[in-house]
Amino acid sequence: MIEIKNIEKKFGNNHVLKNVSFIFERGKTNLIIGESGSGKTTLIKILIGLHKIDSGIVLFDGVDFNAIKTKKQRLLRQEIGMLFQGGALYDYMSVEENIMFPLNMFTKKTEIEKLERVNFCLKRVKLEGKNGLMPSELSGGMTKRVAIARAIVMQPKYLLCDEPNSGLDPKTAIIIDNLIQEITKEYNITTIVNTHDMNSVMEIGEKITFINKGEIWWKGNKDELLNSNNKELNDFVFASELFKRLKKG
Amino acid sequence: MEKVGLNSVTLVIILSFFVGAVVSIQTSINMSNPLLPSYLVGLASRDSLILEFSPTMISLILAGKVGSSIASELGSMRVTEQIDALEIMGINSASFLILPKVIATVFFFPFLIIISMGVGMVGAWVGGLSANITTADFMFGLKYEFIPFYITYAIIKTIFFAFIISTVSAYFGYHTKGGAISVGKASTAAVVASSILILLFNYILTDIILS
Ligand SMILES: Nc1ncnc2c1ncn2[C@@H]1O[C@H](COP(=O)(O)OP(=O)(O)OP(=O)(O)O)[C@@H](O)[C@H]1O
Ligand SMILES: [Mg+2]
Repeated sequence: MIEIKNIEKKFGNNHVLKNVSFIFERGKTNLIIGESGSGKTTLIKILIGLHKIDSGIVLFDGVDFNAIKTKKQRLLRQEIGMLFQGGALYDYMSVEENIMFPLNMFTKKTEIEKLERVNFCLKRVKLEGKNGLMPSELSGGMTKRVAIARAIVMQPKYLLCDEPNSGLDPKTAIIIDNLIQEITKEYNITTIVNTHDMNSVMEIGEKITFINKGEIWWKGNKDELLNSNNKELNDFVFASELFKRLKKG
Repeated sequence: MEKVGLNSVTLVIILSFFVGAVVSIQTSINMSNPLLPSYLVGLASRDSLILEFSPTMISLILAGKVGSSIASELGSMRVTEQIDALEIMGINSASFLILPKVIATVFFFPFLIIISMGVGMVGAWVGGLSANITTADFMFGLKYEFIPFYITYAIIKTIFFAFIISTVSAYFGYHTKGGAISVGKASTAAVVASSILILLFNYILTDIILS
């Protein structure tokens, strides 16, 4: 469980997050939705200390991330898997080396054990046998999947995904959404997913928070979302013709 | 290792050879006065190579090559969030990425400079031959009143310059903000800043060590 309380964040005069409080539950895929520029990435980066907060508290199962020493923060981060908006694969390493990297850094496993784990994760993201490819040789969807494999290789307790399926075709996007959902359930971890893709929301939206202009505007699940009367939420959700029809029908 | 200089060896060899040759030809032209002994060509080439050309000019050129490569590598890692990815894994990205580069440049540059001195003198000898300086005269000049400390001085300078190039370029690359364009800007800024610092420290170190 990750809990945030009264988070405030400004970039200069740009007040990006205003008094944001929320509980991201364990064993669930917690979604953050909102328009482009509403502060989703900023919020996720604040959780893990990539951006400093102006005020507020971030608790990882009760541990105040910003109150502990850098060394402890690094230890805590080893329990966090993060999928970046652009994948952020190390471009001078092959797929296998990318996924194996955290194991090399933090475990004392033998080469065989590490390779087994890497292959297991590759299988999980349906990329068996792609060990030798370089990031430049991957398609967008493959990049995301390798990044997921790398994010789960250490069996994290927390999985943070920044727009896991932006720029992907609907079919691949659903495969990735379901994969994240499966991993969350299977290992009972706390997963947070940023998205503005309404397909994802319908696919895995168990617990949704809608950020608008840096504030939490609405919370609920996908059924509540469809029936909500919140104007800004409706404007966001039903921006597309498809979803407008869904609401009527 | 490759990035910090291994593939600069060819460049250093070519540059040093031709500069060596030109220095000795020009010295011999300027010393057409028959009263000046012709071994002076060897001596003058030797000292200008050891004292200035090899440590300072080669470092300036390497600031362009190695410095921009360090800055753009780190810069592109920054803008593609690879540095963030290291951080959230719990790795100290600065020491993980920068330290090996600094160590490698500081160890490797002195070898490049020594290569440059050697090749430069071969160039000077060849240039001297074409300006009718005999091998015997040239060799005599090369050894004449040779001060071994000059080499130490050159290496001390080089180590400073290598440190400047790697840390300054790493700083600019690591702190890149924005997108692909800022990577280019960071690498240009890194080269400019390290070149200026090299010139400044060249002055300071020469003042401290040689005077
Ligand atoms: N490093 C930064 N420095 C200054 N301003 C920033 C920085 N990062 C984000 N911002 C600003 O914060 C606001 C929120 O940006 P953020 O990236 O969190 O949006 P987002 O919801 O993730 O958008 P998208 O859906 O397009 O990814 C924007 O106005 C942006 O300009
Ligand atoms: Mg974003």
